Amino acid sequence: MQSTVEYDSNGSIKVSKPNRGQTILKWLIIGSAIFTVVGFFLMDYTGLDLTQAIPMTIDNLGQMFLSPSLNNTTWSNALWQVAVTLSLGFLATILGAIISLFLAFGTAVNLSKPWLSNTIKAFITVIRAVPTVLWVLIFAIAAGLGSVAAVIGMIFHSVAYLVKAYSEAFEEVDEGKIEALRASGASYGHILFQVIVPQTKSYLISWTFLRFEINFGVAVAMGAAAGAGGIGYELFMSSSFYYDMQEVGAITLIILVVAIILELIANRLKVSA
Amino acid sequence: MAVDNKLKEEQKTKTDFNKKATDDVLISFDEDPEVTGETVEVASKEEVKQMPVIMSIENLNKEYSKGKTVLKDVNFDIKKGELLSIIGPSGAGKSTLLRSINRMIEPTSGKIDFDNKNITKIKGKELRKMRTNIGMIFQHYNLVDRLSVFENVLHGTLGYKNSIQGIFSMYTESEKEEALDIITELGIQDHIYKRCDELSGGQKQRVGIARALVQKPKIILCDEPIASLDPSSSRIIMEHLRKICNEKGITVIVNLHQVDVAKNYSDRIIGLNSGEVVFNGHPNEINKEVIQKIYGTDFDDLIME
Amino acid sequence: MRQTQTINAKDINIIQKKNLMLLLTVVIIVGLIMLASYITEYNHVDGILSIPAAISWMASNLMFSQSTLANLGSVLRLLWETVLISIVATTTASVFAIVFALMGSSLTYLNKPLMYLAKIIASISRNIPVVAWALILVISFGTNSMTGFLALFFGSFGFLVRAFIETIDEGSRDSVEALNATGATYWHTIFKAVLPGSMPQMFSWILFMIETNIRSATLVGLLTGTGIGYLFDLYYKQLNYEMVTLITLAIVLAVLIIEAISNIIRREIL
Repeated sequence: MQSTVEYDSNGSIKVSKPNRGQTILKWLIIGSAIFTVVGFFLMDYTGLDLTQAIPMTIDNLGQMFLSPSLNNTTWSNALWQVAVTLSLGFLATILGAIISLFLAFGTAVNLSKPWLSNTIKAFITVIRAVPTVLWVLIFAIAAGLGSVAAVIGMIFHSVAYLVKAYSEAFEEVDEGKIEALRASGASYGHILFQVIVPQTKSYLISWTFLRFEINFGVAVAMGAAAGAGGIGYELFMSSSFYYDMQEVGAITLIILVVAIILELIANRLKVSA
Repeated sequence: MAVDNKLKEEQKTKTDFNKKATDDVLISFDEDPEVTGETVEVASKEEVKQMPVIMSIENLNKEYSKGKTVLKDVNFDIKKGELLSIIGPSGAGKSTLLRSINRMIEPTSGKIDFDNKNITKIKGKELRKMRTNIGMIFQHYNLVDRLSVFENVLHGTLGYKNSIQGIFSMYTESEKEEALDIITELGIQDHIYKRCDELSGGQKQRVGIARALVQKPKIILCDEPIASLDPSSSRIIMEHLRKICNEKGITVIVNLHQVDVAKNYSDRIIGLNSGEVVFNGHPNEINKEVIQKIYGTDFDDLIME
Repeated sequence: MRQTQTINAKDINIIQKKNLMLLLTVVIIVGLIMLASYITEYNHVDGILSIPAAISWMASNLMFSQSTLANLGSVLRLLWETVLISIVATTTASVFAIVFALMGSSLTYLNKPLMYLAKIIASISRNIPVVAWALILVISFGTNSMTGFLALFFGSFGFLVRAFIETIDEGSRDSVEALNATGATYWHTIFKAVLPGSMPQMFSWILFMIETNIRSATLVGLLTGTGIGYLFDLYYKQLNYEMVTLITLAIVLAVLIIEAISNIIRREIL
């Protein structure tokens, strides 16, 4: 009847002819499923005894969350350490944001030259490829373990993240508004700070706060893994030094509460942006 | 003081007008044939009167939250085989009224009689069965963009299937043949294997109509079917809806922004303002006073602008 | 006339207010920076000075000696293990995340209590930092891949649930409405509208999570003594900076390759 209709091998009418993207997605999903199953057999399980590990984990989790208490430190110290971690995250975020703002002007294609934009983008891709903890440890060789290495190391990733977010927000700004100001003889600086920044302000704030939320988690990690101090270091001590599950639980709960508060604020800002 | 108030009022009218303009409202009495199409033969008032009633809506109310009433005591009958347009300003409750009919929105109180049953209280299987009898067409087409045109049209049969049959796309050959016939009638047979996001707006809306027709419905609800379309696509869609009504005897209920389009294609028009039915009559009875009643008192100012 | 006057007067007011607000914001931010620097004992001069120092350090360690290159085999083996854990943890987490996202989305939830439960579990899972998971799990699971896998699994799971819920809410509202209006069942709307519509975007999130997890895996490895992170830690503590540089470069290359592959995949499926 219709020339466009196709039949499959059973003679029934085909309802769809998957295109390239759909076929690729289908095989990717099948491929990942196979890889996952095979991957479980390839992993290194040296020293793993599930019959012991699982009950022990459950027991640990029970101690952590059912009877948390701070045994080796005080509440005031714990809260002070939270403040230290928050401060580390804040410093890395705000200093990173200032650097990112200027780099993003150079990255946004509507405000910059292609060669400059591509150079910054390539640079940032490489910076982002190095895990934050490695940045911190590399800077620790030069500056010693501590807050300086932690903040500078964390700035690198924050900049990589924020430049991308900022420049994408800048690229959304209506070309006409930029042109109108350019036509009236405004300087480059005027365009940036009279049009671009005010237009995108709520996005910038929202993205920056989102990064602060991430940086809090990163700062906890740096405290535990790279000697940056703060609540992360306390967590590391109580779990790897004192093996005190009740304290690990208390500290984890403190971190959880702070993280959830930050997430709620970030969500609020994102909705209003 | 008085001057100030006047100024405020003027500003208010202005913002109102802007709001409406962005909402795509076209209220004009210029008969632009590109928009309204050829004059179509519609049923006369007497003919509509003689049509049997297919659904009757009684004392329908909808309150979203305390005090925020969207529909106020709505009463009217729907006749079998008529094309009924519902017009009114944005926020008048057109969309809520339409969605109350197939219970996509739960009315707060009232009765809707359809097939000798009050459908405001039914649940589960019965609700699904009622919905297969009522097709729906949307302003934004509401297709699954990544699936083929054919698959989207066949979604219209899901109401007749159980979960397993539907999930595994167990469509019978006769269902497919029927769907193909409908697709051909609507003139989109060349695109059946295309993904829906490759189609133009007018073509997408025809897929939407095909999906509704595959349901073999008694009533088709159309929520602003041409609000996102250009004039020539709008005309094609309205002509298809008129044809469905004339040739298949299916009742078509259309929410419309454009008064002139409603006048040209409908057998009957219902005017809605702030959730109340303020007009219910033949298109010929639409005049300036009626329009004023439906669109509010500042209508004169609006067309002056 | 009247209108232009009022607008001018208002404008001046706004500009003054804006300048005041800007000044206030700058003062508050500078104040907070000083407070945070005091709390953390952060020295801005040291911070700036450490950057050239670190760059010259990196440059001086880029020439690898023969003995360093001989270790390349073990570096690549542990790198592979790290990549493997990251991918498997992400794919496993995504299966659970889809189920929880369907339960937690306002579009596809089965009932309200389950919806809140799903959201709360996901929130706890993503807001406990990966380090905390790693430190907790290493005690009972020991120093092997399972610890890293589980730590990454919990972090990815919570994040993916949030991302998937957003994907479902943004992309499927219209088509779900249409299918409901035809009288389709709940499972029809999931399999015929939600999943076909959201799959590509969800897969894109999975790719993003794999990229992130390879970096996190290094951190987890450092804490739990597994994978490439362990090797880094080992040589770092031995002050063998040539090896440290080699491992860093290997990680950078691995991340860049994975990113390039996911970008190609994204272009094809989105």
